[in-house]
Amino acid sequence: MTVQTRPAPDLSAALGAMSLATRAVRRRSLVVLTGLLVLLLGLVAARVLLGDYTITIPDFVRIVTGADIPGASYILLESKLPRAVAGTLAGLALGATGATFQTMARNPLASPDVLGITLGCSAAAVSAAVLLDAPGGMVSLAALGGGAAVAVALVVLSGTHPGAAPGRMILVGIALAAMLVSVIHWVLVRADIYQAHEAMVWLTGSLNGVTWSEIRLLTLVVVVALPLLLYVGSHLQVVELGDDLASGLGRHPRATRTRAIALVVVLTAATTAVCGPIAFVAFLSGPTARRLLRGRPSLLTAGLVGAVIVVAADYLAAYALPGNNFPVGVVTGLAGAPFLLWLLATSRPVKETA
Amino acid sequence: MTLQSRNLSLAYGKRVVVEGLDLDVPEGRVTAIVGPNGCGKSTALRGLARLLRPTAGQVLLDGTDIHSLPTRTVARRVGLLPQSPIVPEGITVAELVARGRHPHHGLLRQWTRDDDRIVAESLERTHTTDLAGRPVDQLSGGQRQRVWIAMALAQRTGLLLLDEPTSFLDIAHQVEVLDLVRDLSVEDGTTVVMVLHDLPLAARYADHLIAMRDGAIVAEGRPRDVVTADTVCDVFGITCRVRWEHAGDVSVIPLGRHLPTHGQESPEEPPHARVRVAGRP
Ligand SMILES: Nc1ncnc2c1ncn2[C@@H]1O[C@H](COP(=O)(O)OP(=O)(O)O)[C@@H](O)[C@H]1O
Ligand SMILES: [Mg+2]
Repeated sequence: MTVQTRPAPDLSAALGAMSLATRAVRRRSLVVLTGLLVLLLGLVAARVLLGDYTITIPDFVRIVTGADIPGASYILLESKLPRAVAGTLAGLALGATGATFQTMARNPLASPDVLGITLGCSAAAVSAAVLLDAPGGMVSLAALGGGAAVAVALVVLSGTHPGAAPGRMILVGIALAAMLVSVIHWVLVRADIYQAHEAMVWLTGSLNGVTWSEIRLLTLVVVVALPLLLYVGSHLQVVELGDDLASGLGRHPRATRTRAIALVVVLTAATTAVCGPIAFVAFLSGPTARRLLRGRPSLLTAGLVGAVIVVAADYLAAYALPGNNFPVGVVTGLAGAPFLLWLLATSRPVKETA
Repeated sequence: MTLQSRNLSLAYGKRVVVEGLDLDVPEGRVTAIVGPNGCGKSTALRGLARLLRPTAGQVLLDGTDIHSLPTRTVARRVGLLPQSPIVPEGITVAELVARGRHPHHGLLRQWTRDDDRIVAESLERTHTTDLAGRPVDQLSGGQRQRVWIAMALAQRTGLLLLDEPTSFLDIAHQVEVLDLVRDLSVEDGTTVVMVLHDLPLAARYADHLIAMRDGAIVAEGRPRDVVTADTVCDVFGITCRVRWEHAGDVSVIPLGRHLPTHGQESPEEPPHARVRVAGRP
């Protein structure tokens, strides 16, 4: 058959409309990302320098470059700095992983903490640490095993992949999470752990006892896995159009989701092994980031929101009530409940796709 | 680019839905698949698009078993618009249409001006330019349908499989979409296979018509040969009057159990009166 060629259409109007649309979106995310970054830096600076023991900027520089200032050196290097760094890393990981699951399942309830993955990591880690007295590396591996086991259990018990039928998976996850809390309690009771702050690490998460060797491990995992997660996240944008369309666009939906789940489990395990299951951060960050971006999901923005939440909450936990050094999870847990209610009250009804 | 199926059988679990389908999609032409609800039209289309692994037989793309080709290779040659794609939240029309370029990109092949041009052209051809900055989840059903088609166009494939591209559209927009489909075939040489519900529209816009029932082809060929009272009865199980007009238009008038309420005294009413009653089931 003969193919007539069309006269080249005038595309200037469409190109103009496109660049206008793209520019609006880009500007918004640039403003939000910059704002969050500045806020995070400010919070980290406050966390490190202020509080019950003020460290001046010159002192900070001197201590970091090796000088020993009695008192200040110890507080900075053994408490303030490690907590700020670990809080930032943990927040980045929790925010991004939470948003990954929420986007994948198209449901804000489907974050790894609500689904029990975080508690799976925690239960395995506390068992290894407390019952077997395992060293740090082994605790992290146990956390990885626990998280992976819960992820597999979720898929098997709900008979679906996340994204296919989130409703079932959320119910199964909530049941698993409840069970895992009991496991953690049981381990704590068996091990005669009466010290509240030690127990709290594994129940709601805490930055109080983080060490530099733990931070090194967490840094390594976050530096490797977070960029990979952002990359897989760009593929999830296609997968979220539905399995058929994703395949039609050349993207295996199951393989993409499996990769995303694996990265989420790795990041969750590393975070939980170091600072326990910090309550609600994974759950809060994604929807907050979305509100900031007027409904667009973004893993990186969610990660920054997570970091901001954790560092701010840790500041409050440490200094809000003088003399009380609360674990960070108590504060995020307190903030989580009203946020959940707000989310339920303001969000559109969840669209369930079978 | 040729698409064929040989003795193709498709099943969901143990449930066989399409059996022994032999199909040669005419190259560069518009093929329409018609048939009653649940007869396996979407399933057949999904099989042709490599979304379902056949339980028997095969689908051949340019003579090669489609399942031996990588997903992305297939995605650069065959575009698919499923019956009910999921509307993503919070993204604009321009972004959604841009996702049609996904199969052409990778780590080494990033977005270029060419991609911009292709997306712009897809917007223009579907008259969705004005919607470019709007969030997709806030569009009407008809607008959304045109945006999905724009996305399929942006994929720039020689073969386009459209599952009910005119659902949710009013008659004017249905005609607009079908005109666009013909343009693609005539001007670009695109091969189109689409599932349609409206028999007269299918007959008007398709070069090749396939009538399915119970997962098998009942009749296939030029619309004039396929749309007969006998075939319609066979496929849909209804009696009807089929009237071909001189220009290749057809009216299919289902004859239910009732006579037209206003025509009982004079069955020989002028035909236009009855056509109006028969418009939609
Ligand atoms: N994902 C699925 N799983 C199981 N059965 C399905 C699925 N999709 C369709 N079916 C069944 O296959 C049959 C054919 O469906 P479909 O191809 O969608 O029909 P059509 O598009 O012609 O209306 C129907 O009986 C339907 O119930
Ligand atoms: Mg169908």
